[in-house]
Amino acid sequence: MIDLDGAAYSYGGGELLSDMSLAIVQGGFYFLTGPSGAGKTTLLKLCYAALFPTKGAIRLFGQDVTTMSRDDIAQIRRRIGVVHQDCQFIDHLSVQENIAMPLSVSGSATLAEDANLKELIAWVGLTHRAKALPPELSGGERQRAALARAIIMSPDIIIADEPTGNVDWEMSERLLTLLVELNKLGKTVVIATHDLSLIRSAKSQVQARILRISNKKLQLAGANL
Amino acid sequence: MMSLLREILELIRPDFQRDRVVPSTGVTARLTGFTAGAMGFLVVFALALSLAADRLGQRWSAALAQTATVRISAPADQVEMQVAAVLDILATTPGIQTARSLTAEEQQNLLQPWFGTDLPLEDLPIPRLIDITEDEAGFDAAGLRLRLAAEAPGAVLDDHARWRKPLVQAAGRLSWLAMVCIGVIGLTTAAMVILAARAALAANAQVIAVLRLIGAKDHYIAAAFVRRFTLRAFVGANVGVALAALALFALPGAADHVAVLSGLRFQGLEWAALIAVPPVLALVALLATRYAAMRVLEGLS
Repeated sequence: MIDLDGAAYSYGGGELLSDMSLAIVQGGFYFLTGPSGAGKTTLLKLCYAALFPTKGAIRLFGQDVTTMSRDDIAQIRRRIGVVHQDCQFIDHLSVQENIAMPLSVSGSATLAEDANLKELIAWVGLTHRAKALPPELSGGERQRAALARAIIMSPDIIIADEPTGNVDWEMSERLLTLLVELNKLGKTVVIATHDLSLIRSAKSQVQARILRISNKKLQLAGANL
Repeated sequence: MMSLLREILELIRPDFQRDRVVPSTGVTARLTGFTAGAMGFLVVFALALSLAADRLGQRWSAALAQTATVRISAPADQVEMQVAAVLDILATTPGIQTARSLTAEEQQNLLQPWFGTDLPLEDLPIPRLIDITEDEAGFDAAGLRLRLAAEAPGAVLDDHARWRKPLVQAAGRLSWLAMVCIGVIGLTTAAMVILAARAALAANAQVIAVLRLIGAKDHYIAAAFVRRFTLRAFVGANVGVALAALALFALPGAADHVAVLSGLRFQGLEWAALIAVPPVLALVALLATRYAAMRVLEGLS
């Protein structure tokens, strides 16, 4: 689904990521870990074509990102649900409208009152907050709303960048459970985190591959995590 | 051309969800509406000036074409004799339809705007005027001048050519200048809308980032802004045009005979031209916003 073939990324004259090779396969559950500033977010952005490799190649669903048009990239992003740590929303639209926005963007549906939408909002536990505006939500509620928005198009891959960074342990467990449930439905999940306790918790629920960025390179982490 | 038309139709197609993406308030909304209103107001006056100049040129041309004047300045005891001689010559000149000596009252009326009503015409050495109307073929001015010189030495033929050409040229240039003004107003509108659209795009950077993240194509994002700016421009232009129309309507009409400005008000079907101004300004806003949006979006990942 996502293939990195000797990919590197440089910025401002310095190389941030170097010689990265990785194949993210369908149905896999991946943790991407490493110290702050190691380049986890940069690698994730490369995985959904928000950034482009300065060396090597990255293929999304078999297509080389460097040869894709802007419209092709937009189309590909509909197959990749992204959850950011800071969860950006359109602040003047309700939570429900924000979650439904990918449907409008793709032209697949325009009604925010769609039954599936309500089901999804209930699944992430936000039914009572559906009409609220994003700035009125707590950190955990924002993360769950972002997750709902990321999966409403039933994407093949869910990429979450530090999804538990701003929430307490209980909410982290809840979010992890939601992501594990999605993985059991056949979705590929990639989570960037530096929270080792989250990884340990996940290992009891799902077979996860743990990747670590160290010295600008990607390594398969050992079992000592 | 067809693809551009299709794209424009898609840009202005209502889409409730898409239209709500961009916040409806903000200084750019007021700026765009005000700019379109002001430009609409100016376009109407430039258009009125252009049409008035065109009408003026046609009026001058029609008034002076196929007419000529013979002016007779002679000692008092020879005036009537020379007038009669000139009329005889004109009566036998091919190409002249009518020739008529102006009465004293008519000459007084001609001089009245400059000298007032109490002019003692009989005490002044005012030349006598003979008004000539040509037929379709026209007359030989050079030959007529020679005959007049021989028969009536005080007669001078004025075929109006030296007046007509520069007047018609001046009116034509005025009309052209007004059209240039309309073009400049259109470009200024585009520039102002581009600035406002860029400001709106910058102010809504987060909205754009979210839309890109969830797979919105540039066309979708641009359309959200384009439709908003186009509607604002259309509403603003309508207000400006309506105010200009009221102002024009308050001006004296052509029938009021108030010098050159008398014809500035639209006449007849010319009022219908006003209907075209708001859509044209809205189209300018549409193209300007689309240009600004696509340029900004192409710079984003």
